[in-house]
Amino acid sequence: MQLPKELRFPVAAEAVLRKRAWLRRELLNQTGLLPVRIAILGGSTTQEIRSILELFLLAQGIQPSFYESAYGAWYEEAMFESAELWSFKPDIVFVHTTWHNVARFPDLLQPEAEVEQLARAEMARFEAFWKKIHEGLGAVIIQNNFDLPRLRPLGNLEAAESSGRVNFLLRLNAGFAKYAATHSRFLIDDILYLSAQTGLSQWFDTRYWFSYHMAVSPVGTVALAQNVAAIIKSVYGKTKKCLVLDLDNTLWGGVIGDDGLQNLVLGRDHPEGEAFAGFQRYVQGLRARGVLLAVCSKNDLENAREGFSHPDTVLKLDDFSAFKANWNPKPQNIREIAAELNIGLDSLVFVDDNPAERAIVAAQLPEVAVPEVGSDVSLFAEALEREAYFEPFKIVRDDLDRAAYYAGNMQRSQYESAFGSYGEFLASLEMTAEIGPFLPVYMERIAQLINKTNQFNLTTRRYTVAEVEVIANDPASITLYGRLADKFGDNGLVSVVIGKVHGQAVEIDVWLMSCRVLKREMETAMFDALVEECRARGVREILGVYIPSRKNGMVAEHYGALGFCRLEDGPDGRTLWSYRVPPVGSPRAAHIRRREHPAAILANA
Amino acid sequence: MNELMPRLESVFRDVFDDPRLAIVPATTASDVSGWDSLTNINLIFAIEREFKVRFALGEIQELGNVGEMLALIRKKQSHDV
Repeated sequence: MQLPKELRFPVAAEAVLRKRAWLRRELLNQTGLLPVRIAILGGSTTQEIRSILELFLLAQGIQPSFYESAYGAWYEEAMFESAELWSFKPDIVFVHTTWHNVARFPDLLQPEAEVEQLARAEMARFEAFWKKIHEGLGAVIIQNNFDLPRLRPLGNLEAAESSGRVNFLLRLNAGFAKYAATHSRFLIDDILYLSAQTGLSQWFDTRYWFSYHMAVSPVGTVALAQNVAAIIKSVYGKTKKCLVLDLDNTLWGGVIGDDGLQNLVLGRDHPEGEAFAGFQRYVQGLRARGVLLAVCSKNDLENAREGFSHPDTVLKLDDFSAFKANWNPKPQNIREIAAELNIGLDSLVFVDDNPAERAIVAAQLPEVAVPEVGSDVSLFAEALEREAYFEPFKIVRDDLDRAAYYAGNMQRSQYESAFGSYGEFLASLEMTAEIGPFLPVYMERIAQLINKTNQFNLTTRRYTVAEVEVIANDPASITLYGRLADKFGDNGLVSVVIGKVHGQAVEIDVWLMSCRVLKREMETAMFDALVEECRARGVREILGVYIPSRKNGMVAEHYGALGFCRLEDGPDGRTLWSYRVPPVGSPRAAHIRRREHPAAILANA
Repeated sequence: MNELMPRLESVFRDVFDDPRLAIVPATTASDVSGWDSLTNINLIFAIEREFKVRFALGEIQELGNVGEMLALIRKKQSHDV
């Protein structure tokens, strides 16, 4: 479904607020929404936030059910374990506190050491509260940092004096950030930024504060809701993966085929040229943190490539994981890009200055996100930001290396054609795998894969980091992760299997693999490890289920291919499979050498 | 007052999500289903933006019906010009 224009960039806060009832009705027509339970613990009125947050979550394909704390009772309800909150069992706790909820500000001219102590006491209060939520509810926390008061009795000294309120709030914000850095299920909703972006005098409206105790104005609420929805989207792995870019008048000014390299508008000495270079720098920043880049341009390939030899180009040819420059229709090229990168069309964002190209892509490929970037390059980055397509959950090591894997993939496929048989090719890759039970250091990556993998995923069951940790600690679980490396590089952690043992049988709850290692025998290596683990535990039978989704057709025959017997077909097209574990046998994956698992190394040390 | 009425009615229709909602000067909150404290915030906000006026803190609380609201909007608009 194409989202109503009110909720797309540029979002008109007024229209969203006024037409919210109609928007809600429209959005509820969607099917296949992901249910999520959200508790809003408020230090001020939260009804308005709930109402608008619901819209932006529905727009992301998420169907929220809400719990709202009693007015202002954010702290008490957690610390004294409110029965309603505990029985609600939230997946996410959103803590809507603002500067109004600071327990105590420093007194005028209070000495620095005492101010520091006061800040530590406030941090301790919040930390005890967060700990209670993590331990008692197991939920992911989304916590507002602090906005700034609209009024400044001390004027500029509010920031400059250590006893000033601005000064104090910024200290607390630094403390919150430090906490976020060491707690994986704790995310900051940066309202300091949101209030600045909205403008403090728009963000806080005294009338709404005195009339309804709303610490954020209706207009500010729209910005807040959009931002919180983006964070929640990232928790559930709904973040986009690849930015597909047009070239002429998108990455540089002018048409390279007509104007020639030397006449492109790019870089110094020209305001528009600076803007194009600025957009390229923004795009490079996305790439640096793991967003894949692709080119989709109507151009001769030679001309298109030549553009990246411009002296002021920021992006280089090898920044792109796919490069389509030809005269075919763009929807066709975009399909090919998705296929080459092994990602779904719904992981793509397409940026083109030409409204006709945007329209045809939006019409023919409704899964692809096509922001209305307009034709003014100085607004392109803004459009991408506001839509928060690439909001990262936490940046993990594997994200940073992702573009390198794909570059390695290009080499691998060129290499492939030089071999007589596929087996020879696999052997030449010198693959090694590290496979073993889940380790704490990998929990975030495992949860990320569980929430993002759509294609090679037998059951498409989603779990949060907290849930994965519970599963990993359950003695009745068999958990396996797999990392795969080859001579071209480390592919990182790419496969996850979770089984539940009942007596002498294990039921496979999750089996998934990143498509970047498709057809590399990795699934067979995971199977070998699973069989080994079953033998070690005296488990005689492996039960598998394939639950069809819109995207996982590629694994319909996964269990059949591994030699499972098909037991029966269940409702909604699911198929049930069984495998009798033979008492002895040798591994099947012939081309992957097993490396020792770090836990085994530790145990032997 | 007459030229304001259709615009005000359109605001009401959006806020209460009812394309056939009809209002008259005598309409009060009890005549419109769904007119509660949350929709009232939404309604006042939408009216301010539609007519480009800003109500003072006390003014909103004193309104009894749609007619009084129209009168207030008119008064505000004439002040602004």
